[in-house]
Amino acid sequence: MSEQFITSIPSVSPRNHNHVTWFDSLFAGAAWFAAATVLIVIGAILFVLIQGALPALYKFGPGFISSAHWNPVTENFGARVPIYGTLITSMLAMLIAMPVSFGIALFITELCPRWLKRPIGIAVELLAAIPSIIYGMWGLFVFAPLFADHAQPWITEHFGTLPIVGVLFTGPPLGIGLFTASLILAIMVIPFISAIMRDVFEATPRVLKESAYGLGSTTWEVVRHVVLPYTKIGVIGGVMVGLGRALGETMAVTFVIGNAHKLSNSLFMPGNTISSTLANEFTEAVNPIYTSSLISLGLILFLISFIVLAVARALLLRLQANEGLST
Amino acid sequence: MSLKISTGLLTMLAVLLINIGGAVTPAHAGVQAISGAGATFPYPVYAKWAAVYAKKTGIKMNYQSIGSGGGIKQIKAKTVDFGASDAPLTAADLDKSGLIQFPMIMGGVVPVVHLPGIASGQLKMTGKLLADIYLGKIKRWNDRRLKAENPGVSLPSKAITVVHRADGSGTTWIYTNYLSKVSPDWKRKVGNAKAVSWPVGIGGKGNEGVASYVTRIKGAIGYVEYAYALQNHMTHVKLGNRAGKFLDPDSASFQAAAANADWHHAKGFYMVLTNQPGAKSWPITGASFILVYKKQSHPARGREVLKFFDWAYHNGQKMAAKLDYVPMPASVVKLVEQTWRKSVKTPQGTPVWTH
Repeated sequence: MSEQFITSIPSVSPRNHNHVTWFDSLFAGAAWFAAATVLIVIGAILFVLIQGALPALYKFGPGFISSAHWNPVTENFGARVPIYGTLITSMLAMLIAMPVSFGIALFITELCPRWLKRPIGIAVELLAAIPSIIYGMWGLFVFAPLFADHAQPWITEHFGTLPIVGVLFTGPPLGIGLFTASLILAIMVIPFISAIMRDVFEATPRVLKESAYGLGSTTWEVVRHVVLPYTKIGVIGGVMVGLGRALGETMAVTFVIGNAHKLSNSLFMPGNTISSTLANEFTEAVNPIYTSSLISLGLILFLISFIVLAVARALLLRLQANEGLST
Repeated sequence: MSLKISTGLLTMLAVLLINIGGAVTPAHAGVQAISGAGATFPYPVYAKWAAVYAKKTGIKMNYQSIGSGGGIKQIKAKTVDFGASDAPLTAADLDKSGLIQFPMIMGGVVPVVHLPGIASGQLKMTGKLLADIYLGKIKRWNDRRLKAENPGVSLPSKAITVVHRADGSGTTWIYTNYLSKVSPDWKRKVGNAKAVSWPVGIGGKGNEGVASYVTRIKGAIGYVEYAYALQNHMTHVKLGNRAGKFLDPDSASFQAAAANADWHHAKGFYMVLTNQPGAKSWPITGASFILVYKKQSHPARGREVLKFFDWAYHNGQKMAAKLDYVPMPASVVKLVEQTWRKSVKTPQGTPVWTH
């Protein structure tokens, strides 16, 4: 039916038509190639990572993941400290960034006066455009001293003595460490998450919202029972984009995390992430097993990102399935 | 430092740009450019030399400061004409890869502290104390052993925050080499390398990273290249040397350490200048080395490399001193050029360096 429709367009003469199919197949081929490039590049990266990581994985075995040693002198390496640092900073960053981003998006779409919408929207987008190294420098030169001198001693004094969670807030007031890194990461991912949340919130049909308001709902009730259910897939997608960025962020974290291969219970103590370890140590890693251990870290980061994406997908699928049940 | 780096960068940029032009000229037009890679510590002075040398002779020297480890990798892969390293290679390692090394420039590593009320050179420190601080055995500034060394200095009851390099570096190599020499405990537990497993502390990336942590954190102690300490007006300590004298770091005390070193008997110029004898020797001094192949597959290029360093030895001292580096003493230069004559050969076996 549709083919008939296309051939019946009068402006396409047989000669032209030939030309168009030729161009069409070229275009299709190019598009295929572009799409295939992604797979080829991913495959190549994975291959090179595995190949480079093999010597270290062979030498240290599964213990590589659980060992907290990182000793270039004795060539004994383990990934526990950077894995721990990567996961803790990313999760803490999401914990801080999610409510703030939600607030921003909610304010812009539901509460903001019309004239203020654009300035705030542009400011959020500008935040996303700032290079990460600027955030790192701000963290080290501006935030860390203020935090160390004014906030940290107070927090340590008041929360450091609490049972169980108190240990998270102990340590000398350095101003740098896991917590500062998480906070900088949170500030960096907020624009991404809030921009996506704002866009999906705005995609909620007016009719639905206005009917809810018409039934006497408060703003919160509209958001909770209309906007969020309608946009949950987009919201989760936004959070995952933010998490992906937080997991791999390098320079800003390197500035403020303290770069110490030490496992510490306190959030105020220095630590390390996978990407900052790589940034710091790759240039001077001369021994093959040292280089291989660093590449293994890269492989682990690759896998962590992959798992995060897979979990996000699974979550979305389950949500969609549930939706199918409820309607 | 930023000035140093930015002038250096400009030079590099210029060198690179002109190199692109040089690359298209046919090979028989002679050597237009030589290239090297390695240590970051001597980069500002190499860049300065390269700029002046290019103006004088038209030959560009392109130096990439990618780190000592990178320099060694690059020369072994033969992608550059010379490599540069802050840590010397052992004679055995040199023989294995067919390389020779020679010292080009010297500098000192300086322990710096951030203690309000304590001025530069006021705090006395010995190597043993330094090692115990970095081992985490001495935890507070008013430790009784620190007080015993510093009667009359009011040391605060503040926790010591140890700052070290996060990246692998020649500076760390020199520093841990010194600590290994003065503290058997350090040697056993940590050792000597470009990157080690630090028992305590936080890591800063590069000299500037350590410098910024130390200037930021009250009660911090770190170690940086002399030039960084000087240009950032950091508080250095007076360090006790092997002769038991407490010294301030300056070019005179670095040069004393080099002069007291026995270069004549150092096989393959494997010479570490830490903990040298002599009342005036700064104990944490180090030289930065250049690596070239014994057998030059492109003798013309090899000759230009040696010519450049010969020129730098004899005409570059003032520029080096201006950038707070310490030039090699004349006796060592003579020894180096003898080695060139003897060891650097063309594929046919004739010497490359005949001056």
